[in-house]
Amino acid sequence: MDSFTKNKIARAWWWKIIAIICLVYTCYYGFIGNVPAMVVLHETIRNLYFHVTMWMAMMLMMLINAIYSIKYLSSLNKYDDLVAEESGKMAMVFSAAGLITGMVWANYTWGAPWTNDPQLNGTAATILMYAAYFILRNAIPDENKKAKIAGVYAIFAFVMMFVFIMVIPKMYNSLHPGKGGNPGFNKYDLDSDMRMVFYPAVIGWCLLGTWLMSLKVRIRRIKEITEEN
Amino acid sequence: MSFTNKVVQLVLLEARLEWKNKQSITALLIYSLASIFVTYLAFQQTIDLTTWNSLFWLIMLFASTNAIAKSFLQDSKGLQLYYYSMLSPKQLILAKIIYNLALLSGLSLINFFIFQIVFPINIDQLGQYLLSILLGSIGLSTVLTMVAGIVSKANNNAALLAILGFPLLFPLLSIIIQCSMNAINGFDWMVNQQLFIVLISLNLITVLLSYLLFPYLWRE
Repeated sequence: MDSFTKNKIARAWWWKIIAIICLVYTCYYGFIGNVPAMVVLHETIRNLYFHVTMWMAMMLMMLINAIYSIKYLSSLNKYDDLVAEESGKMAMVFSAAGLITGMVWANYTWGAPWTNDPQLNGTAATILMYAAYFILRNAIPDENKKAKIAGVYAIFAFVMMFVFIMVIPKMYNSLHPGKGGNPGFNKYDLDSDMRMVFYPAVIGWCLLGTWLMSLKVRIRRIKEITEEN
Repeated sequence: MSFTNKVVQLVLLEARLEWKNKQSITALLIYSLASIFVTYLAFQQTIDLTTWNSLFWLIMLFASTNAIAKSFLQDSKGLQLYYYSMLSPKQLILAKIIYNLALLSGLSLINFFIFQIVFPINIDQLGQYLLSILLGSIGLSTVLTMVAGIVSKANNNAALLAILGFPLLFPLLSIIIQCSMNAINGFDWMVNQQLFIVLISLNLITVLLSYLLFPYLWRE
């Protein structure tokens, strides 16, 4: 059987409680807590808790997608592929959420919702890659064949996405806070008040994504079992 | 036969098959000629260096998609069975990549000369530009050959190659356009060095990934 849904961690309740506590805490202190007064950013710095954390959750979902694709190719267990597919869907959801929160923020901070920024281009490319991943999945009717071919593509896409998001933006100047001489939240600026909210926010959103993903995987499994009988 | 020997033989076989049926290679040449002529008519010689460079790579992107789309399609069922019994998948993908690399390098050089004839511009660092063409051909051929392998297992939908391949090519194209633009502007080797190193490592990663992942497609 597959390791994820049979795994006790997926069924345990304690990390779901942590997710809820972290998110309630984030939503409360994200709006009430103290933030440093910074030029350009001002109060919009609070977007750190709701925008940057989306990318973190998206990265986690992509990592799960890639890991379970590799697992599928070595085990040929169809439940590993199920986890890969659902984590790919969650990655799309979080990338859309991150894009929307970022565009609203950029509209007021940079004056335009879309600029020619390496990180924005990387995101657009990532969304296209995962859209292509689902198009590929739908193009193949046979279940086993689909899982295998999509797994190969997912691993390839993950590496390319990693290069595009993590390597290339480092080579160019970016408008993003903390890059290209913009004021931002690097380790000297991000004060302890913000850290106290930012880290729980990252944990909370990542756990929420994992929770949603595991629920969808379990629903799919129940459907499969009921269809078989 | 040793591993490399088989790969070389397979590359030669591909070339011989292509040469025997000259239709497809002629079609490829005419495709790029026609697209260059369309851009020539559209831009009426009022073209700046950045547009020149971007157009060159765009035409290369579409021409190479067209060139590689058939690389697994044209193999008949019988030939595939023959490969299956004679070769390991790693040999096959390496041979296809090397053959497509040779095809694309030739095609890009031809495109480059025709581009120079219809839109003559002065490239300060010609050596660097040619190097970026070579590295771009390696990247394009590797990624597109691998994706063509994926598409060949997925009902051979022709549009699928572009949908699956283009997003994977974004990192490569964004670096290569930057790189070749620096060469046109005559930047010193020291400036471009970092970009070339990134490009070479990106190519190495894609070749390695194709080499490792293709057996999973093949075994199916």
